[in-house]
Amino acid sequence: MSKTTEHRPLFSLALLRDATIGAFIKLNPEKLIRNPVMFTVGVTSAMASLITLCEAATGKSYSFSLQIALWLWFTVLFGNFAEAVAEGRGKAQADSLRKTKTDTTAKKVDSIGAKDFTPVAATTLRRGDLIVAEAGDIIPGDGDVVHGIATVDESSITGESAPVIRESGGDRSAVTGGTRIVSDRIIVEIRANPGESFLDRMIGLVEGAKRQKTPNEIALTILLVGLTLIFLIVCVTLQGLAAYSGKMVPVIYLIALFITLIPTTIGGLLSAIGIAGMDRLVNFNVIAKSGRAVEAAGDIDVLLLDKTGTITLGNRMASEFIAVGGATEESLAEAAMVSSLTDDTPEGKSIVRLAEDRFKWNGGARHKPDMNFVPFSAHTRMSGVDFGETSIRKGAPDSILYMCGTSGSVEITRAIERVAKTGGTPLLVALNKRILGVVHLKDIIKPGIHERFMTLRRMGIRTVMITGDNPLTAAAIAAEAGVDDFLAEASPEKKLALIRSEQAKGKLIAMCGDGSNDAPALAQADVGVAMNTGTMAAREAGNMIDLDSDPTKLIEVVMIGKQLLMSRGALTTFSIANDVAKYFAIIPALFIGIYPSMNALNVMHLHSPKSAVLSAIIFNALILIALVPLALKGVKYQPASASTILRRNLLIYGFGGIIVPFIAIKLLDMLISQTMGI
Amino acid sequence: MNIYALLQFVAFAAVSVGLMLPLGIYMAKVFNGEATWAGKVLGPIEGLSYRLCGVRGAEQQNWAQYAGAVIIFNALGGAVLFLILMHQDQLPWNPQGLPGLPYDLAFNIAVSFVTNTNWQSYGGETTLSYFSQMLGLTVQNFMAAATGFAVAVAMVRGFTHKENPGLGNFYVDVTRAIFYVLLPLSLLFALFLIWQGVPDNLQPYVQATTLEGTQQTIAQGPVASQIAIKMLGSNGGGYFNANAAHPYENPTPLSNFFQLISILLLSIGLIAAFGKMVGDRRQAWALLASMTILFMILLGLCYFSEANGNPAFGHLNIDQIISDTNSGGNMEGKEVRFGIFNSALWATTTSATSNGSVNAMHDSFMPLGGLVPLFNMLVGEVIYGGVGCGLYGILLYVLITVFIAGLMVGRTPEYLGKKIEAHEIKLAVIAQLLYPICVLGFGVVSLLVPLGASSMSATGPHGLTQTIYAYASAAANNGSAFAGFNGNTVFQNIMLGIVMLIGRYGVIIPVLAIAGSLAAKKITPPSSGTFPTHGLMFVVLLTAVIVMFGGLTYFPALALGPVAEHLSLFQSVAP
Repeated sequence: MSKTTEHRPLFSLALLRDATIGAFIKLNPEKLIRNPVMFTVGVTSAMASLITLCEAATGKSYSFSLQIALWLWFTVLFGNFAEAVAEGRGKAQADSLRKTKTDTTAKKVDSIGAKDFTPVAATTLRRGDLIVAEAGDIIPGDGDVVHGIATVDESSITGESAPVIRESGGDRSAVTGGTRIVSDRIIVEIRANPGESFLDRMIGLVEGAKRQKTPNEIALTILLVGLTLIFLIVCVTLQGLAAYSGKMVPVIYLIALFITLIPTTIGGLLSAIGIAGMDRLVNFNVIAKSGRAVEAAGDIDVLLLDKTGTITLGNRMASEFIAVGGATEESLAEAAMVSSLTDDTPEGKSIVRLAEDRFKWNGGARHKPDMNFVPFSAHTRMSGVDFGETSIRKGAPDSILYMCGTSGSVEITRAIERVAKTGGTPLLVALNKRILGVVHLKDIIKPGIHERFMTLRRMGIRTVMITGDNPLTAAAIAAEAGVDDFLAEASPEKKLALIRSEQAKGKLIAMCGDGSNDAPALAQADVGVAMNTGTMAAREAGNMIDLDSDPTKLIEVVMIGKQLLMSRGALTTFSIANDVAKYFAIIPALFIGIYPSMNALNVMHLHSPKSAVLSAIIFNALILIALVPLALKGVKYQPASASTILRRNLLIYGFGGIIVPFIAIKLLDMLISQTMGI
Repeated sequence: MNIYALLQFVAFAAVSVGLMLPLGIYMAKVFNGEATWAGKVLGPIEGLSYRLCGVRGAEQQNWAQYAGAVIIFNALGGAVLFLILMHQDQLPWNPQGLPGLPYDLAFNIAVSFVTNTNWQSYGGETTLSYFSQMLGLTVQNFMAAATGFAVAVAMVRGFTHKENPGLGNFYVDVTRAIFYVLLPLSLLFALFLIWQGVPDNLQPYVQATTLEGTQQTIAQGPVASQIAIKMLGSNGGGYFNANAAHPYENPTPLSNFFQLISILLLSIGLIAAFGKMVGDRRQAWALLASMTILFMILLGLCYFSEANGNPAFGHLNIDQIISDTNSGGNMEGKEVRFGIFNSALWATTTSATSNGSVNAMHDSFMPLGGLVPLFNMLVGEVIYGGVGCGLYGILLYVLITVFIAGLMVGRTPEYLGKKIEAHEIKLAVIAQLLYPICVLGFGVVSLLVPLGASSMSATGPHGLTQTIYAYASAAANNGSAFAGFNGNTVFQNIMLGIVMLIGRYGVIIPVLAIAGSLAAKKITPPSSGTFPTHGLMFVVLLTAVIVMFGGLTYFPALALGPVAEHLSLFQSVAP
């Protein structure tokens, strides 16, 4: 992870205490059955306990059975504990989310124009209700601003302290329940019924209680159940084979064999991995509406990114004055600066700043009271200033040329083209209808974005930039930023068509967007990340919401998705690989009574059948608890090709999974035989 | 290992690979419905047979229809065979006047030949008339092999079809497999065998007076025509009781060599065809590499345990050292004509490919030598495997391999662009579960119930191996046996018959369901984030998964059977 918003310790004392209690509560069969592998261990533990009781009641020696039974119960408890820890960490997140859901009173109104409001509890609000919120109020639920403009403090959910503007219409109309109005007054139409808001969904996901299993998790669970059944057949028929061979095996030994063979390690950690993954996502200030979407993020083939605000800084900056037709650079700069003195747009400010830097002027000092500034309008597509006899205009080339009544000299055309080719936006400046030259407004590529795209390429993800620019400009920016492809002059229809055509090729598409016109594309994409600043429509259409409104965060989401799958795969491999050593520990122990020559299979030279079985079962329980931190943190993921990742993980979890238990079981056996003398 | 064995192995490998490639390309064309040279000749007959049978060849079947066709086709074939066997005394071509068979044996044989198992609870020359052999068994040899082809090809279509749940047409696939692959090759091979001295006639058995002056009955019959398809179709049911150890069934070194090749030929050819059909030959090479690694290890184990001889003979001063004049090693139950290497190679090949023919008695192998064919069957006959079933069998393992490995690279697992999800895993797990139920479940019942236990000719670990071998052979549709095991009892005929049915259709139906589900999916184009399924890593992983699944499931059974026998044998004679 290249970026984390906070570093939390894996465990805290309170968390451990709660999780320990939780581990016992989860012994309830109704809860346990959600996890078939651990349920099997639970049932088997009960059987072992029963055997112990029978032995005790009939006066036989029961200490060995008792130890097996205890370690089996520990195995179940450790699995429960892992889940409880993950849930506890999720719950801490949920609690902080829930804090924002304090029982506010909503000011319900009948219509936009209504003067009076009725105070009602926020929880009674339904979709379509209108409420009014004024400075100091907490917004009672998710919705869209339908009237007015206000500054809103969203720090409760984003952690970002600067208030943001929310206004009706446009792309900044969505408000989230739990945020606070800083100034002004807005009317909000509620868009979510109680319990359905994003926060509610997220709380459900991180708490784990209502967590739906994701598709890959279901598939893996089926495989694990299959393995459990195979080993059940193996162990039950083993008694038959032993009976034929001359001597039945004590049932407690068979139970031990069964439990060590079935994939308890991954079975016990499976849900913890899932919950921890969600938790990591929330930690990144991303809210997923379902676990499925997070998993799908790991599969993404193509990533569609808006240029503005994602690849480039939102604003274009003046970077160069290109004088033409005999005008000097200085005269061009002066005209451009004076015309921009009251221009509050970032572009206008950047022109002033560039002229000041270039010629050491003081722009403010040039401001004269008789100056009559002409603001930019979409109609004229130019702005400027008039004072005395002087009239300066700056604006889109075709508009300025039209105003000047010329089609432009070759020199002008060349200058315009030069700017466009490098991905910039040309701005023509005319003094008294005489063209002085071109201001180069440059798109500034976000620092570090190039590296991020390299990372994505290593992960096998193709990036496509979406922009409203013309193809020439788009190509230049795409090349500079290092994206693989671009879609120029993009309209909502074009975006949708692009997604559909990629999907038809079998690819999985992620996109992020904020505007209402992005909603269809967000809904069509396999992973749609809506910006929290976006409209309600966009937020409804996407399956994730980024509270920080940082589109490049998709990279982290993809990583979390991949990590989730990798952790499951790695622990499954580890779990199965462990069985080799366990077999070599237990099989000779079981059969040495029938065939003394079977001791040749006791490759670890374990002390006695009892110590061998006990070592295996203890290893099986301890490895589960030892791997809890790994399950919570996830397997390390570094962007690389699939082969590289596989080689690394196979070596650690596959090969390691075969070796580690041989060593650990031998050590445990030495310990047991020394201390307990069995 | 002596130089002759080595040279022979090199020739075996070279000829196999040399024939595999052109055959693979040809078979891919046949099953893709493309024009072939054989099509020019046989096309009109193919078309006529569709018209006569009312098959609309262009009609695609979904998986359920395809599976339904498999079941109906095989059920009818089995019923006809059952009736022929019951009533062979009332049918022609029975010069020896052999009686009709009891119901349990007829059931067992019918199931055995329809499921391509060819487990033989009977001795061919003393039980079956020429009519039963030719029109009963030989016909099903063709049909069962063609069914295997069809199911495998349907599964391949699951990977190649893009959002199209059709899997082709079963009747067309079966017809094309018979007309374009099995019949021409069998004809050629039968002629070769006749040249080598295998009889093919309808004469009564010959009475001969031996040098000792005793009377001997020399069996005759339409042997060559049946042996050809028996070998090519991975059926393995011998004409004679002694199978390929019988001099009429396998008369010369050359016949032995090409019969060995013919065991493998169509299985590996179909894997090459798979590479062609999915448009990426490297995928086929990866599967073949994985199979070959396992094959070599197992062949080595089998050969060396046989070549080292039996330690129990040590104090009897029996020379077991291999030399130019002494075949050496453990020669019990082996044809002197073939010796150690050819017996070990045949045993490994026949059990790896679901063929089940034998040229030596596996029951007499050393414990670890006998473990090899047993292990081959326990992993489900995927080391090359039978025609068709080898391919779909290994693809089931591939799905599980790709699922575990795919998760480890952080993507929803996919193979050949098809996402492997819960539905496919569920079906693959069901198919994998049925094997241990058949082998261990039914096997243990047979071991413990007196009716079943009476079939064993040995006690202790060897008896256990005999029984497990029989049930593994039936479940994996192999058909070879530890010959000391008497399969011809009502109990075993019925039990083994049921196991053969589960082992065949319990895999075919999930396989077709998987194919249907995959066929309806999109094909994701590969990227650098996709887990490559053609590299060394995949080969190692697939090999490991096969060994782990087989090994982990059957470790206790193998430990109490061949391993215990081996340890006891070698420790008892240790100084």
